[in-house]
Amino acid sequence: MIKKSTIIPMPLRYLINIVLFAAFLFVMNTLITGGTISKYYSGVISSIGISIILAVSLNMATGYLGQLPLGHAGFMAVGAYTSALIMKAAAGSLITFPLALLAGGLVAALFGILIGIPALKLKGDYLAILTLGFGQIIMVVLLNIDDVLGFKLTRGAAGLQKIPKTTTFLITFICVGITCFVIHTIMKSRHGRAILSIRENEIAAESCGINTTYYKTLGFVVSAFFAGVAGGLYAGNIGILNPSAFGFMKSIEILVMVVLGGMGSMFGSVLSGGVLTALPELLRDFDKYRMVVYSLVLVVVMIFKPTGLMGTYDFSLNGLLDKLILRLKGGKGDGGGKAVLVEKEGKANE
Amino acid sequence: MSLVFSQLINGLQSGSIYALIAIGYSMVYGIILLLNFAHGDIIMVGAYVAWLVVVNLSLPPALAIALAIIACTLLGVVIEKVAYSPLRKAPRLSLLITAIGISFLLENLAQLKFGAGAKNVPALITGPALDIGGQHIGFTAVLTIIVSVVAMIGLTFLIRKTKMGKAMRAVSEDMGTAQLMGINVNSTISFTFAVGSALAGIGSVLYSCAYPQAAPTMGSMLGLKAFVAAVLGGIGSIPGAMIGGFAIGIAEAIVSAIGLSVWKDGVVFAILIIVLIFKPTGIMGKKINEKV
Amino acid sequence: MKKFLSIALVLVLIVGCFAACGSKAKPEPTAGATPSAAASGDTIKVGIIGCQTGEYAQYGVSVMNGATLYIEQLNANGGIGGKQVEIVNYDNKGDSQEAINAFNLAVDKGITALIGDVLSGNTMAVVGEAAPLNMPMITASATADGVTYDSESDTVYSNVFRTCFTDPFQGEKMANYANEKLSAKTAAVIYETGNDYAVGVKDAFIAKCEALGIEVVDEEGYATGDVDFKSQLTTIASKNPDVLFFPNYYEDDGLIATQAREVGIKATFIGSDGMSGISKYASAADLEGTVYCAGYAPASSDAVKAFEEAYTAKYGTDTLNMFSANAYDAAMVLCNALQIAEDAGLTAGTDEYKQAVIDAIRDKSADLESITCNGYTFDEHNNPVKATNIMKLVGGVETFTETY
Repeated sequence: MIKKSTIIPMPLRYLINIVLFAAFLFVMNTLITGGTISKYYSGVISSIGISIILAVSLNMATGYLGQLPLGHAGFMAVGAYTSALIMKAAAGSLITFPLALLAGGLVAALFGILIGIPALKLKGDYLAILTLGFGQIIMVVLLNIDDVLGFKLTRGAAGLQKIPKTTTFLITFICVGITCFVIHTIMKSRHGRAILSIRENEIAAESCGINTTYYKTLGFVVSAFFAGVAGGLYAGNIGILNPSAFGFMKSIEILVMVVLGGMGSMFGSVLSGGVLTALPELLRDFDKYRMVVYSLVLVVVMIFKPTGLMGTYDFSLNGLLDKLILRLKGGKGDGGGKAVLVEKEGKANE
Repeated sequence: MSLVFSQLINGLQSGSIYALIAIGYSMVYGIILLLNFAHGDIIMVGAYVAWLVVVNLSLPPALAIALAIIACTLLGVVIEKVAYSPLRKAPRLSLLITAIGISFLLENLAQLKFGAGAKNVPALITGPALDIGGQHIGFTAVLTIIVSVVAMIGLTFLIRKTKMGKAMRAVSEDMGTAQLMGINVNSTISFTFAVGSALAGIGSVLYSCAYPQAAPTMGSMLGLKAFVAAVLGGIGSIPGAMIGGFAIGIAEAIVSAIGLSVWKDGVVFAILIIVLIFKPTGIMGKKINEKV
Repeated sequence: MKKFLSIALVLVLIVGCFAACGSKAKPEPTAGATPSAAASGDTIKVGIIGCQTGEYAQYGVSVMNGATLYIEQLNANGGIGGKQVEIVNYDNKGDSQEAINAFNLAVDKGITALIGDVLSGNTMAVVGEAAPLNMPMITASATADGVTYDSESDTVYSNVFRTCFTDPFQGEKMANYANEKLSAKTAAVIYETGNDYAVGVKDAFIAKCEALGIEVVDEEGYATGDVDFKSQLTTIASKNPDVLFFPNYYEDDGLIATQAREVGIKATFIGSDGMSGISKYASAADLEGTVYCAGYAPASSDAVKAFEEAYTAKYGTDTLNMFSANAYDAAMVLCNALQIAEDAGLTAGTDEYKQAVIDAIRDKSADLESITCNGYTFDEHNNPVKATNIMKLVGGVETFTETY
């Protein structure tokens, strides 16, 4: 049963979220710039942010669109190199970094279109393979392009060095906010429902008059764009880029985040993106077993809960508030007939 | 001219290993429409078994060959039972992700157990080199090519002429109906995995003869390339996988021969993408219509 | 059952999240802004960072073991001025992001100096963090030129040292050797394209060959993970070079050597230090006469033998190689410098202390009884000036023949 809540009016709902998010940014930023949170922790928090963007963006293609791209790291690589080259060329200026991130995202999106349009005519497995191939080609190109161009662009295996370290907590998490907001609004719109219908049944969606190629490409491009932005943040965070960092393994790591969190749950992606990045840092002694456990978890989750831990459930603060208000109101007139159920669509599905 | 010929032989040899592995991929895909990502890693396990038997237990190579093939077969069946069969009704995406998970699990377990470095596998099969028209062809190259061709013929016979083969074709056509007709679907699928994995076991033996090293990640690139071969040939088709394997091997050799060796992997995957876009069913594949 | 399992998994995830959030919000009071406070006390903390798990673990583990061995021996002999040396060891899994995290964590734990990183790419990422702190660091295995010297801005990272050769040094050395000792007129190279070490050595080798008048007839690449090199080698065989240069690691080199003989290449094989260990991966007949340069010659002196004995007793022979030997030396050079800084009565963690350690590494390492050379002196780019050992494969054994 899906009912639109009217308890908290629409503009207010956004406002609550924005204010809380801004407060979170402000508090954390003060702690970090003030030195209460050490460089190590702020570094880990930044990588958590980058992971979240990657997971949320892949969730767009895997969870909502129902495809399985295995080349997400390829888009990240394209974005990372684009941003890094821009940052190196025009270091210093305040607007360079946001511009570089935007450019990284756009170039990645361009690749998304290039790969997406032909690829998305293919179904399931074939698409997975094609994106996998694309990821591998990106790596080969990044390694060897300098020989063809005749000048140093990506610097091949030695890697692109001395990238200005401009990624900060604030910028990372503003990007996290923008990513979640944009994807959330797309998914709540008509376009989002078209995308979801493709996941549920492509042929049925097509016969209802939905332009599946268009919407698949749209989902794919949005996903690629944010992967590119995450790549730019990554470049600015570590200051050195090496093609080998963007291999098949990286794509799988992002996929694990999405699958574990729940395919189709943004909340799940955010949660597992954060946890899977923070956990290895906490359990450093456990490093040896990390990849074994990752792969085991992937298999076990698929067997016992194929939709991921969160399923398609999405957390909504306002939904929670609504419930709370209802509970408070309902306390008086209990059993008074009209119990309004405020349920998210995911719950209704279960 | 002789250079062209020897490059062709090089391509055929690496291609024959791709072909052998691609056949396994193709068989499994044909029956349950699953890209068994773990297939390449089964080969890795086979190579480690051979290494363990020969180096650690100092047993004769013949036993190592037998044990490697048996271990691969068992592993394939166990993986199917444990990981894939609970997902028979689940979406294809879940099955694919499980396969990727199994592949990574095997790789990482091997790395944990044996370390990241490569182990040197002593020669399991040795024999004299062949000379054709003054051209020197290694024994392993000849052996691998022969085994792949025999495997292809044998499998085609198995699928076309035997009762089990008929059951396999029926299951791949429509699992539910096949069950209604009295075919034991589970044992048919297990059998398919057993055959596919036994081929991987043979592949691992031939592989260790040609490239005598066992490393945890050796299966991943090999698996990917074999997989490209299977897609190129038309996934689900046994002769197609064979053709695809040789085509990829020869394409690699040609790219290297014209001095573009650094672009080799890029070219292989570019071929894959081009094939997928223009003829998604591959050279020998059939088009499967999807129903609502 | 299903439900129970999924609930359990959700719980694990949530607990993990809280644990993560908890530690995020409350960093330990000792960590962070004041490393000097943490570094004082009865121990001197030294960081070791490297790829101890993952694809390149074999190198990281060797480095960790070698450095740990020296520090434990030192501690058993009373440590530095009565203080014990405490090792703060972190794994980076071969990932640059993890390397930075590991370094920052080590700084939080109050290290005064660092041994590491292991891979060149990771090390350069760490240098980006360590240079602003002027943290003394010495690597036993990062061979890329860019680790100690930035060519773009022509600056030397004065805080970074190494005990291994650089890529260009080895490439040039082997080109000289081919010219002088092997009288080679033509050369060919086969290298791993995804490996910065291989590419760095190869570039220098080719440049030097051209300068010396050796004709480089062919240059072939292969991708990481490749095992079939016959196509490339067939092309090389058709050009019949005098020497074939391998700037790769020993496992690949072993396969290449075997296949090269199979396709009929008669050239002498020469290699860089990554080749050390090749004897396990190719037959004696195929390798006969192969030469490579090495920073470490097994069993070449009493000091080396003592090291090997102690190492084998503790860790076995699997990881005993040039990485462990260079790491042993790196620990020795660093601890000697720490001793000098301690003797000067400086406080650990202060800028003067760090600078004193850096100065001592650079200027006062010449008399050490190091195992891979007779003491360390560093050139203007902080690279060690040490003689190269030429190793030759004789009857399947890697034999030390001369210093060159």
